[in-house]
Amino acid sequence: MSHPTPPSGLSREQLLELYRWMRLTRTLEERLVALYRQTKVVGGLFRSLGQEACAVGSAFALQRRDVLSPLIRNLGSMLVKGAEPIEILRQYMAKGDSPTRGRELNIHFGDVVDRNFVGQISHLGDMVPVMAGVTLTFKMRGEPRVGLVYVGDGATSTGAFHEGINFAAVQKCPLVVVVENNGYAYSTPTSKQTAAAQLVDKAIGYGVPGARADGNDVLAVYEVTRAAVDHARSGHGVVLLELMTYRRKGHAEHDSQSYVPAGEIERWAEQNDPIDRYVARLTGEFGFDLAALTAIDEEVRATVDAATDVAEASPPCDGPDALRGVYVDPATMPSLWYRGEATSAVATHERPAGWGTHDG
Amino acid sequence: MAEITFLEAIREGLDEEMQRDPNVFCLGEDIGGFGGAFKVTEGLQAKHGEARVIDTPISEAGIVGAAAGAAHYGMRPVVEMQFIDFVSCAYDMLTNYVATARYRAFLPCPIVVRGPSGGYVRGGPFHSQNPEAAFLHTPGLKIAYPATAEDAKGMIKAAIRDDDPVLFFEHKYLYRRIKGTMPPGDHVVPLGKARVAREGKDLSIITYAATVWKALEAAEQLEKEDGLSVEVIDLRSLLPLDDEAIVATVRKTNRVLVVHEDTVTGGLAGEITARINELCFEWLDAPVRRVAAHDVPLPYAPPLEDYVLPQTSDIVRASRWLAAY
Repeated sequence: MSHPTPPSGLSREQLLELYRWMRLTRTLEERLVALYRQTKVVGGLFRSLGQEACAVGSAFALQRRDVLSPLIRNLGSMLVKGAEPIEILRQYMAKGDSPTRGRELNIHFGDVVDRNFVGQISHLGDMVPVMAGVTLTFKMRGEPRVGLVYVGDGATSTGAFHEGINFAAVQKCPLVVVVENNGYAYSTPTSKQTAAAQLVDKAIGYGVPGARADGNDVLAVYEVTRAAVDHARSGHGVVLLELMTYRRKGHAEHDSQSYVPAGEIERWAEQNDPIDRYVARLTGEFGFDLAALTAIDEEVRATVDAATDVAEASPPCDGPDALRGVYVDPATMPSLWYRGEATSAVATHERPAGWGTHDG
Repeated sequence: MAEITFLEAIREGLDEEMQRDPNVFCLGEDIGGFGGAFKVTEGLQAKHGEARVIDTPISEAGIVGAAAGAAHYGMRPVVEMQFIDFVSCAYDMLTNYVATARYRAFLPCPIVVRGPSGGYVRGGPFHSQNPEAAFLHTPGLKIAYPATAEDAKGMIKAAIRDDDPVLFFEHKYLYRRIKGTMPPGDHVVPLGKARVAREGKDLSIITYAATVWKALEAAEQLEKEDGLSVEVIDLRSLLPLDDEAIVATVRKTNRVLVVHEDTVTGGLAGEITARINELCFEWLDAPVRRVAAHDVPLPYAPPLEDYVLPQTSDIVRASRWLAAY
């Protein structure tokens, strides 16, 4: 029996890899939910349930030397780019050996030396100018490297998004700007975010090509991103992509989603789950045995189990380490006097003779 | 060596660093062929090319963010704010992104953001500001504010070589009024070190930027008219502050006037006063006093601007008060 050739030159092994990254994203997040409920995650928890295809399919179009700028729903992108489950678990649990040594939360961390993803900040849109600068560097040096920056539907309203994409477009930086339109920015629906009929329409205003794709079809996401990445790598500049998806969980785990119309979440879960859809294609048109996918599920679970055990045994942070690393020089900020051994404001009288009111 | 202006000294520093290190590049509004609103970068694009002296859209946040991204990947960008007043548009990028980059994500971020600052030039509320105090409160940034042409060159070179982000304030009143003779060779003035601009024993004036020159004028007058020996400390770097130099002058003269052109409330003088209180309270013979701008936006008309900003005569009057205490 022969199966259709996978799109965009993907091998059959790569088709399974895409499945594994999506499954790992979901399983890891489910584990984080359990740890959150056990209060072992000390801060907020952010899910990408229903958006795994967006994250994984787009990041899969990058090479290791390319640079990714993830957002809070891009756990899958970071895993594809080489982030390890153990790092994510340690980071969420604020461990001393977490990627930021307890300085940052959740998936806010980066590696610009080897795996090439940049630690994000919470101020939405700010990563667009930063990635304009990263890719400007590649252009200046003539390196065939590409950058990919995610924004949500909400971040397209920020000034930073506008300033960043405009500057990158003028400079023809090799940058792919991916708008993940998941329908909501916290509680605000996209209809209250913009009067534009579709966010990809903004591409025209910046003088760059734009494309829109079904964000819950991992192969469609890969294909549209791969074309954008090739465009950028060949020196043609910025591309704006809009990936249509849906945020099935709240902004964060605490969010009750009271603002979502009844039945909307359930409808997406039943009819448009990216993993269910991909499983149907893999076992249908591509002819994979379900057993092959089940084996991946089991391997992923074992991986997450093992990482959880190690992460839970990781040491906590050491308080005074908080003063290290603000600057290269000085490497450590001084501890304030009340943490030292001061016994009196004037422990030694340096000037007894000359100070009129001091009697020694 | 011939004398050059404060402005030319900065240009010379930029040019030398661009020659020394291919990773150094400039970006900003109108800085290329036009040479910048004050012509600080004049000739640099012709010499180093369009790729290294980049004209940008009017996007202060965008270009500071882009500088940060380039710095993460090994570049040493120098961003010009056309007027430093517009750095407020990049406040988020500087305080949230740039200043935290190393701490939160171990991202190298060696950028310089430089631009013309300060008043006494009839520039009105949006072309005269001294926004240093807004950034003094941001761990992760460094702030340089030179007063002499020699320091302007030496410190811009130090700022570019520094591995941390540096805000570099260039007082526009000094741009073409102050001249200096550059020391030969690779003239670098380290950040974080103050300078004794004038030795004295009766009273110390701690200040920086344009008011260094007003303090020196006042010191001259006080010596002639009152026989007072006034020491003037030019801080040069505001973050980090040179505590050693501050303590040394307090121990020497026991009376301190802190002078700055920025508004008084929440200005640097308050921080310096607190440090003196904590580090060398016993060495004071009088309360630390401040001479700074009144707490109003800086007005345009000469009688108004002159009233709001500290003048040499104010420094003389305040010094006499302190000396008599």
